[in-house]
Amino acid sequence: MLNGFLVLLLCQLLGELVVLASGVPVPGPVFGMILLLLVLIAFKKTPKSVRLVSEGLLRHLAFLYVPAGVGLMVHLEMISHYWLAILVALLVSTFVTLVVTALVFRLLGRLNGPAKGEIGDSSEGVK
Amino acid sequence: MEFWVYFAAKPLFWLIVTLIVFMFASELNRRSGGTPLLHPVLISMAIIISFLLVTGTRYETYFEGAQFIHFLLGPATVALAVPLFDHFERIKKMWFVLLVACISGAVTAIVSVLLVGLAFDLPVEVLLSLAPKSVTSPIAIGIVEKIGGYPSLAAGLVLITGAMGCLLSPLVFKLLNVKDGAVKGFTLGLAAHGFGTAYAFETSALAGAFAGLAMGMTGLLTAFLLPVVISLMGFN
Repeated sequence: MLNGFLVLLLCQLLGELVVLASGVPVPGPVFGMILLLLVLIAFKKTPKSVRLVSEGLLRHLAFLYVPAGVGLMVHLEMISHYWLAILVALLVSTFVTLVVTALVFRLLGRLNGPAKGEIGDSSEGVK
Repeated sequence: MEFWVYFAAKPLFWLIVTLIVFMFASELNRRSGGTPLLHPVLISMAIIISFLLVTGTRYETYFEGAQFIHFLLGPATVALAVPLFDHFERIKKMWFVLLVACISGAVTAIVSVLLVGLAFDLPVEVLLSLAPKSVTSPIAIGIVEKIGGYPSLAAGLVLITGAMGCLLSPLVFKLLNVKDGAVKGFTLGLAAHGFGTAYAFETSALAGAFAGLAMGMTGLLTAFLLPVVISLMGFN
C-alpha cells in the first residue's frame, strides 16, 4: 500500500521535473501519468500495491474536487455579472461535444466494424 | 465566541467540515435516486460556500485545511494510468478510432465554448478558465495555471459541466439513436470527465470502461492541444 503511494508520488515528482526542465505548458501530474503508464507497460502488469492505492484514490475522485470547487466563492462577484453567458456557453458546448463525439465514434466504428465486437465486459471503474 | 475563533483557524476544522459535508451530500444524492442535478460535489460546494460566507471566513483560511484533500488530486491524476493500462489491449486494437474521436471531441469542446463565450464578450481570463471545461479537474486546474486563467474558477466550471453532460446525454443519445454502450461511455467520459464516467458505469460496465478511457485520453490530449488551439485562436 505504501509502496504504491510512493510510486504515484515519485511519478508525479518526475513529471513535475520534466515540466520544469522543458517548460512545456502541460501539468506535471499528466507527465506523471504517462510515466506510470510506460512503467506498467514495461512491467506488463500492475503491482498490487499500485492498484490498491490508485483504485482507492479514483473511487473517491469526486470528493477530491470539493476544495477547488469551493474556490468558486472567490469569483462570486464575477459570476454574478456573467452567469448567464457562462451557463449558455457550457450548455451549448457540452451538447455539441456530446453530439460530435458520438457521431465521429460511431461513424469510424462502423468503418472499423470488427473491432467493436471484440470488446467484452469490463473491469471495475473509476468514479 | 473565542472558542469558535480558535477552532475556525485550525486546518483540522475545515478538513473535518469538508468530509462531513461531503458524506451528507452523498447520502442526500443517494436518497434522491442519484440525479446529476444533486451531484454530491455540487451540493457540498453550495453548503460549504454558504457556511464560509455566513461565518465570514476567507477562502484562504478554509483552504489551509482543505489543501490536504486538494493535494491528493496530483497522485490521483497519475493513478489514471492504471485504468488506461487495464484497457491497453483494446486501446491498441482501436487506437485509430479512439484517437480520431477523442481529438474531434476535445477540439469541439474547446472551440465551441470559446466561440459562445466570445459571442457574449466574456473577459479573456474567464474564457481561458472555460476552455478546459470537459477535462477532469486536476488536469484542468493544471492547464489553467499554465495558460493564465483562474484555476479555482476553472475547477468549478468543470464540475458544472460534468453535471450538465450527465443531464444532456440521454437526450443526445435518443436524438442520434445511439445504443452501443462503447459509444455512450466514450462520449460521456469525453464531455463530462469523472462525473460522466460514474454515470456511464450505472448504464453498463462496458460503457464505464470506455468512459474511463475517454476521460484519461481527453485529459492527456487537451493538456497538449489546448495551448495550441488558444494560440491559433489568437489568445496569446
